[in-house]
Amino acid sequence: MLRIRDLRTSVEGKEILKGIDLEVKAGEVHAVMGPNGSGKSTLAHVLAGRDGYQVTGGDVEFLGQDLLDLEVEERAHKGLFLAMQYPVELPGVNNLTFLRESLNAVRRARGEEEMDAVGFMKLVRRKADEVKLDHKLLKRSVNAGFSGGEKKRNEILQMAMLEPRLAILDETDSGLDIDALRTVADGVNMMRSPERALIVVTHYQRLLEYIEPDHLHVLAGGRIVHSGGKELAFELEERGYGWLLEENAA
Amino acid sequence: MSVPEQQMDELVRSEYKQGFITPIESDTLPPGLDEGVIRAISEKKGEPEWMLEKRLVAYRHWLTMPEPQWSSLHHPPIDFQSISYFSSPRPKDGPKNLDEVDPELLETYEKLGIPIDEQKALAGVAVDAVFDSVSVATTFRKPLAEAGVLFCSMSEAIREYPDLVRQYLGKVVPHKDNYFAALNSAVFSDGTFVYIPRGVRCPMELSTYFRINEAKTGQFERTLIVAEAGSHVSYLEGCTAPMRDENQLHAAVVELVALEDARIKYSTVQNWYPGDAQGRGGIYNFVTKRGDCRGDRSHISWTQVETGSAITWKYPSCILRGKDSVGEFYSVAVTKGRQQADTGTKMIHIGENTRSTIVSKGISAMQGSNAYRGLVRMTTGAENARNHTQCDSLLIGDRCSAHTYPYIEVKNPTATVEHEATTSKVGEDQLFYCRQRGLSEEDAVSMIINGFCKEVFKELPMEFAVEAQKLLAVSLEGAVG
Repeated sequence: MLRIRDLRTSVEGKEILKGIDLEVKAGEVHAVMGPNGSGKSTLAHVLAGRDGYQVTGGDVEFLGQDLLDLEVEERAHKGLFLAMQYPVELPGVNNLTFLRESLNAVRRARGEEEMDAVGFMKLVRRKADEVKLDHKLLKRSVNAGFSGGEKKRNEILQMAMLEPRLAILDETDSGLDIDALRTVADGVNMMRSPERALIVVTHYQRLLEYIEPDHLHVLAGGRIVHSGGKELAFELEERGYGWLLEENAA
Repeated sequence: MSVPEQQMDELVRSEYKQGFITPIESDTLPPGLDEGVIRAISEKKGEPEWMLEKRLVAYRHWLTMPEPQWSSLHHPPIDFQSISYFSSPRPKDGPKNLDEVDPELLETYEKLGIPIDEQKALAGVAVDAVFDSVSVATTFRKPLAEAGVLFCSMSEAIREYPDLVRQYLGKVVPHKDNYFAALNSAVFSDGTFVYIPRGVRCPMELSTYFRINEAKTGQFERTLIVAEAGSHVSYLEGCTAPMRDENQLHAAVVELVALEDARIKYSTVQNWYPGDAQGRGGIYNFVTKRGDCRGDRSHISWTQVETGSAITWKYPSCILRGKDSVGEFYSVAVTKGRQQADTGTKMIHIGENTRSTIVSKGISAMQGSNAYRGLVRMTTGAENARNHTQCDSLLIGDRCSAHTYPYIEVKNPTATVEHEATTSKVGEDQLFYCRQRGLSEEDAVSMIINGFCKEVFKELPMEFAVEAQKLLAVSLEGAVG
């Protein structure tokens, strides 16, 4: 589904990603871990197409297409979803309106019919229940005045509504208490499907107690320094990142 | 005097003899302003002597006044002698119904999307269309007449209802009020007159579309709305204008009078030509709008969406004289390119327990400059009067500017004044967020802007609100990125 080859990226002239190789197949869940400043968020944003990141080398193939060639919204239409570390507030923009406009924009781009108001409301209520999002929040402005946990749940709701092929979760666990973390993890687990791939970017391994990855990658200094199965998470918990960095440097 | 009076009179008469011609030719006075021009305007309109006198008094006073310099607007000096002060479509006698209206005129309205037709009837809106300076079509007079509502052109009102006009015209905005009001009082060409009798709720929304069509013709509209005790009226005003090379002056005066328990809602969508990218050719819009809440518990509400004009100078105001009277001002002003807006309101609290609400939303994009200027005055008699002001600015890009000039004067210790102001930017992060969810950049901007303006749009009548949203999306197209 996603094949990243020797991806190099700079921000304001400084090279952050120094050659990333990663292959993600449909149905898989990949976790990307690493210390602060290792390039995890940069990887997530480059894949989503955010401005300010210069790709200086390599290529990315998504569902058989050159991903880097596409505009931000085209990537979204193709089925790429990025759950943000800091969901943005949109004052005055009704959450339901935003969800409906997004969903219909994606559907239009895929040549599907727009969803009517009744069908949409049914769907959104059901999905909100699934991610345990208070229905009151649907009527408020997007993320405006939401608590940290509410914002993250709102991200999961958007993901559940848009049903992406590839979802990237950028530090979705940051700033969450254990209950919120569990809810978010449940939402993510619900999204697991043989047609869908997930990339979970996280600093802490605690999220991986709830979301069990098929593959785990350690990112350090702009490179993937180690890849392994879920057992790697426990090793990281016990030994930290230090041994990997040393091993890599050696 | 540039043209001898007699010669002017002859000119006027000979013009009229040519009668009805298509394509529409305008009956336009040559550029320039002096007493002869004012007499000619008054004569063309068949006005009584007292009206001419009022005009001349205003003109003589205008000559003594300096042009105001206090706003934050910048423009080259206006040459008042290079402007023509009268232009009217040809037909000599006003049409009695739509069949008598020049089809070419109707076609122009069609193009502008102004529906003077059965659809409008179904929508329940009466339209008094002002093409250049003279009212050419008025619909729905009958149901209004049955309710006792007078809705006609100002010229007609001066002829048909002179007592009412004399009683109220110039009483809210006297000719000495300001430079542009004085000019308007001297040369106003036409406008709208509305009178709602005691206890009557106007059976439909009243609507006037203005359009400036003739090059180099200043537009000097005069509007007067009188709501007798216990009456209600909602009035809509919308404007468009075609492409133009020279700056055009527009100096309208609107006066509202609300007696006991009366309620007037005045909504404006203004979309005049803003000029090209260098700021050439846009309309200069110097407007004086004021409402007099004369009666106890009267209520005047101004709602405006200002997206057009090169220069907007406009402060729709309320004089809260009656006890428990209420004044409201809801405004969205958009400036982009080289547009400049200096707009806001004045709330003058005189009576006890008077209340006012101000919600101002300024949007600046590209090199647009947007200023909110508002006065809240609590006079000594304004016991327990209250004001709440919310003043928000939204910036798009980094070359635009937003300014807020609140003036607050409180002379009564029991009065309460609240002022809140925010400035925000349409952020790159917001646009990225929306686009990542599949929205195009333009839809994202339009969604953010409409969210920002929501509090004002909800005050507009339904069909206007939809129009205003579209207008905003269109006018900010390409302003981002």
